[in-house]
Amino acid sequence: MATADDVKKLGALARITVSEEELPKFTAEFDAILAYVGQLDSLALPKDLKDSKPPLRNVFREDENPTPAGTWTEKLASAFPAREGDSLVVKQIISHD
Amino acid sequence: MTKKPNEFSIAEAARALRAKEITVKELYEACASEARARNEELNAYLELFDADTEAIAAAQARIDTEGDAAPLVCGIPLAMKDNILIDGKIVSAASKMLSNYRASYDATVTKKLKAQGALFVGRTNMDEFAMGSSTEHSAFGTTKNPIDTARVPGGSSGGSAAAAAAHLALAALGSDTGGSIRQPGAHTGLVGLKPTYGTVSRYGLIAMGSSLDQIGPLTKTVEDARILYEAIRGLDPMDATTIPEGLYTTAAVGERMRIGVPYHLLEKGVDADLLETFTATLEKLKATGHEIIDVSLPASEYALPAYYVVMPAEVSTNLARLDGIRYGHAARGKTLLDDYTLSRTEGFGPETRRRVLLGTFVLSAGYIDAYYRKANAARALLREQYTTAFAKADVIAFPTTPSPAFKFGEKSDPVSMYLEDVFTVTANLTGMPALSVPMGTVSRGGKQLPIGMHFTAPHQQEERLFAIGAAVEKVRYA
Repeated sequence: MATADDVKKLGALARITVSEEELPKFTAEFDAILAYVGQLDSLALPKDLKDSKPPLRNVFREDENPTPAGTWTEKLASAFPAREGDSLVVKQIISHD
Repeated sequence: MTKKPNEFSIAEAARALRAKEITVKELYEACASEARARNEELNAYLELFDADTEAIAAAQARIDTEGDAAPLVCGIPLAMKDNILIDGKIVSAASKMLSNYRASYDATVTKKLKAQGALFVGRTNMDEFAMGSSTEHSAFGTTKNPIDTARVPGGSSGGSAAAAAAHLALAALGSDTGGSIRQPGAHTGLVGLKPTYGTVSRYGLIAMGSSLDQIGPLTKTVEDARILYEAIRGLDPMDATTIPEGLYTTAAVGERMRIGVPYHLLEKGVDADLLETFTATLEKLKATGHEIIDVSLPASEYALPAYYVVMPAEVSTNLARLDGIRYGHAARGKTLLDDYTLSRTEGFGPETRRRVLLGTFVLSAGYIDAYYRKANAARALLREQYTTAFAKADVIAFPTTPSPAFKFGEKSDPVSMYLEDVFTVTANLTGMPALSVPMGTVSRGGKQLPIGMHFTAPHQQEERLFAIGAAVEKVRYA
């Protein structure tokens, strides 16, 4: 059973606020989804599958043809919410006093 | 009655262009003017692009000089799902979070299509970040099903499906994480293909579930699905999950196929008339020489619950990058943390928030074993059972969806919406290719609604899907 408190905590972890008005509906829906995916509990797995890993293969390649510096700067910077020259403006998080 | 150019299939248009019965400009204008006339009603496109006169002229010149040697998609107007990047165009994933975000480069599929002379009519509506089965979760309004405008076109590639079905483009590209190409295809009478995982590059596709996502075509015919698939596939150094030709052993299959049907999955939950059409189609295929066999895929019962663990886990991870700092919706509060939280809370719609929270939950300490690791094991078991079934069957068949397109608002609780994908998710979990092909119609409220038949093949065996899909097209109205 998920509680409203659980949903709030998850919201804090995910950096999303669930408003007080939405909370009861969200919690109920969350509970229904968890009950549904909870069916997985009843799935009996063959022993050799317990530690199954997806099929993997090595896809490493040489790092080649680097993009010349500045190729993408203007395009990327133009998407910044706030910029100073080519720099992204963010809140000051370290105080010098 | 002669067909209007926008009603052509890609193959028909390619022939007409080469025979000089029509020009690229006329073909493009036929699609664009139909789109302008009908988009207000259908909301298939979020944006109609201005005609790219240079690209149109270049495509025409290429057909004139190269003739039959020109790529089949040259001069063909296509619709693009709003999560596939086209350099310089807005790409929003139908989210308020990215409503003004302009793509800084071409997706690999875009680059390939442009290089072959294809044209883009516009970008199509979808469920926000491709999460949904009805296009009702778009931040920019719902898309209507052109066959019955009281109903949804399916989703998440609902705008792409509506655009192709209403002839507002000759075909469309979509993306499929749990059925998002095949389910809208079934609901609008189109062919939808989810290729083998790794066959088509995901570079420049806004990621949802990275171990599940594939780009694929929504087309009027199986032949067209093959044309578009051939145009977009291939190994890509920009996407390390793409696979080389022949990674999986492929066996040649004769004209007569062994069609495996997991009858145990069809005992409940499927509309009676839909099941009747499915059985009748199988009978017709049998009459033309194909063999029908019963196969057992018991782990399929756990496929959707496993999907609703794996997918949100990947969604919560992929969407963590959207925090209002570098691009996208940027709300500002007192602290840096406020900036993140406000931007995400305002930018994401309810379904996106729900899935991010669910993903955060299944990945959290104390739950990761019970949910995420168990789901991954279920996924491996499913893959194993499919591989076993493919020892005696060439393809596996079931209906694409349990029911035809539903009415707006009909599936308001999340779990009932999730059940739309109960059949289709299996192919995303196993990575195998799958095709939905129209198999007929069922009557609902006086309207004939299309329904789809779904085939799965082993990895890299798309050819089997095209062959059996063409066989269904042949017997459909026989």
